[in-house]
Amino acid sequence: MDFTLTQEQTALADSVHRFCARDYDAARRQSLIETGTYFSADNWRAFADLGWIGAGVSEADGGFGGSEIETALIMQAFGRALVLEPFLGIAVLALQTLLALPPGEHRNALVAGIIAGDVQVALAHGELASRGDTDYCSSIATQFGEGWTIVGEKSAIHGGATASKFLVSARCTEGIALFLVAAGAPGVSSFAYRTIDNQLVADVHFSEAPAIMIAAPPAAVTAIAAGHAHAMIGICAEAIGSMDELLVLTAEYIRTRRQFGASLSSFQAVQHRMADMLVELELARSTLYYGLANIDSARPQRDHAIATMKAITSTAALFVGRNAIQLHGAIGVTEECIVGHHYRRLTVIAVLFGNEAVHLKRLSMLAMPIWDAQQVEVAF
Amino acid sequence: MNFDLSPDDIRFRARVRAFVEAELPADIARRGIHDYHSCRSDVDRWMKILNRHGWSAPHWPAALGGTDWNPLQRHIFQDELRRSRAPVLDRCAIDLLGPVLCRFGSAEQQQRFLPPILNGDIWWCQGFSEPGAGSDLASLTTRADLEGDHYIVNGHKIWTTEAHCADWIFALVRTDQSVKPQAGISFLLIDMTSAGITRRPIWSIDEGLTLNEIFFDNVRVPVKNLVGEPGAGWAYAKFLLTNERTTSAVVSHTKRDIEQIRHLAGRAPTPTGFLIDDAVFAQKLARLEAEVFALEWSVLRVLHAADGDTSADAVSSVLKLRGSELSERAALLAAEAMGDQGLAALPDPEGHHKLRSDLANPQIVDDEAIGVASKAMFRRAATIYGGASEVQRSIIAKTILRL
Repeated sequence: MDFTLTQEQTALADSVHRFCARDYDAARRQSLIETGTYFSADNWRAFADLGWIGAGVSEADGGFGGSEIETALIMQAFGRALVLEPFLGIAVLALQTLLALPPGEHRNALVAGIIAGDVQVALAHGELASRGDTDYCSSIATQFGEGWTIVGEKSAIHGGATASKFLVSARCTEGIALFLVAAGAPGVSSFAYRTIDNQLVADVHFSEAPAIMIAAPPAAVTAIAAGHAHAMIGICAEAIGSMDELLVLTAEYIRTRRQFGASLSSFQAVQHRMADMLVELELARSTLYYGLANIDSARPQRDHAIATMKAITSTAALFVGRNAIQLHGAIGVTEECIVGHHYRRLTVIAVLFGNEAVHLKRLSMLAMPIWDAQQVEVAF
Repeated sequence: MNFDLSPDDIRFRARVRAFVEAELPADIARRGIHDYHSCRSDVDRWMKILNRHGWSAPHWPAALGGTDWNPLQRHIFQDELRRSRAPVLDRCAIDLLGPVLCRFGSAEQQQRFLPPILNGDIWWCQGFSEPGAGSDLASLTTRADLEGDHYIVNGHKIWTTEAHCADWIFALVRTDQSVKPQAGISFLLIDMTSAGITRRPIWSIDEGLTLNEIFFDNVRVPVKNLVGEPGAGWAYAKFLLTNERTTSAVVSHTKRDIEQIRHLAGRAPTPTGFLIDDAVFAQKLARLEAEVFALEWSVLRVLHAADGDTSADAVSSVLKLRGSELSERAALLAAEAMGDQGLAALPDPEGHHKLRSDLANPQIVDDEAIGVASKAMFRRAATIYGGASEVQRSIIAKTILRL
């Protein structure tokens, strides 16, 4: 085991941080919000040209040979800067779902298009009733001659507002399959809206929309689960970045701000609250490593790591986010203060792909052996 | 970054597991399931078995009876011992005093004291805390005045774990009254059979005996029992505590508790089935499990930190603080799992705990259920000993956050 970054990984993290400091300061971010776009095509082009969309993709699949660690580093840096573009939805969730499918004509073309930054594909899987249960799907696919049609309502799709193509999950007679549907196809209506963190999502309704099947039942379900595992690593890494930033900002603030004739940082109640925030952050960071270590493990082990990571990070995100505001006092709840924007994002992250309760329930259902028997048997 | 265990480490765990399964005597293993402290005879027998394999103190230097295992292997070893419910060794001697003697003791002290520690022949206790010096250890007042080739020790130590069965004590004593508090402290080894020592047991809320107080009344200690330099005791004590960096997380103990809770809850009846299937209880248990895995991965981060890597300080500061909280929570959840019987004061079948047995006892035959109430009470102390949580938070604020 080695918890230190390689030189290449450090260079990647530095380059994302530099980009965010230069091109994604609070003022630029605010202008994306005020113009009502919440997205910059220039930024997306830069993400592709700098090699970040393909950073975690093997060379065989047209990427740059990195792993989920590279993706996590990018998301962590994006978390510090509160990047608004749907990197998570398109470059992680949709891309990793596609990568988990067996190679094929449609899959390979979509992967290449996403990595190049030319095509935006969103995974339209979650529904209002899913509540973090990634196995849930009530949309229906019906065969129609050579093709298929889809009926169903997908909810809060990441990247759905800018995507030109949807990768849609729907039930056919054999189970859940994945279909490709053009955003402009007849029968597709998309309602884009923003969540409280100023990120765009879309509810997408399919009413006998024409579709091409690109993965049949067993492979589709496996790929959806893998895509979500990667996406959860992504948002947890993003949460770590956001919390890192909040600890720095809050420590600076309480050193400077004076009340009762002393700096806030001299009060023990304030110091201990900050210590608790650090504890929550570091435990969450440890579970990110647990998740990264098991992203390619067999299902029960991977599921255990991902559920542990998401449960712990969800509560840490809420704790650190709310207490960063608490220690800032009234200024923390103003729109002009970035701290409140971190809180907004962390609050969304805490429920995205299932809140703490959803993942704890998953852990109880898994009932994994506490001491991993498998590792020992392999050795004998 | 690379999170894979090496094949060597995986083989190592298998080797330790096979060793323990073959060598841990069945009667000791069964008593180990109970939640009472191991008795001295069990610990002695087990230490002699370990010592025959050179495994009593893996973290000591190999030349002094330790091993050349890497930090991860040492963690795996402890983890496997907890998994098997083997007796907990004399931690004061092996984890606390041993590394100090290996590093700062004279060759004569090493030859005299280390082998009997490894073989479980001599037990030690740690004389740090005093009635007026708990969290604020530097204010200790037990004094040792030089008189010829002896120190004359006078004072009062308290909360001394296992002093009732210890043969020797390593104590922090004040040898210089004229300098600032930290500078006048020395590290002294004292034979507990010396004239002038009085021990008084302190029974605790678990109805068990681990705590004691010790009175020193003109106790004569040869100067050769001073470790290292006079006045350097504070530095040695700090060194001693850094060796506790990861063990203070007690993560393997709490993993064992989770197995126990699953066992108990899987057999605890409810109106509709068994407690393990109760959604509210299952959620509490899952939360504990998630936090324990977060803690274990924090331990792994500290174990793999390079020498001098200060970024590991942040995470190591978390270990004692959160580890002690989880330890207490796990014990209470085990009691909760047993319902009406969870807080029944079951006497220790081996008779080492005081737990009065003047009334009939509930009929509990499950070894996993014995001693649960006592453990739940004992663990209330976890956030106090070894640096109270409030002190830990202040340390984090000052040394990590630089507030």
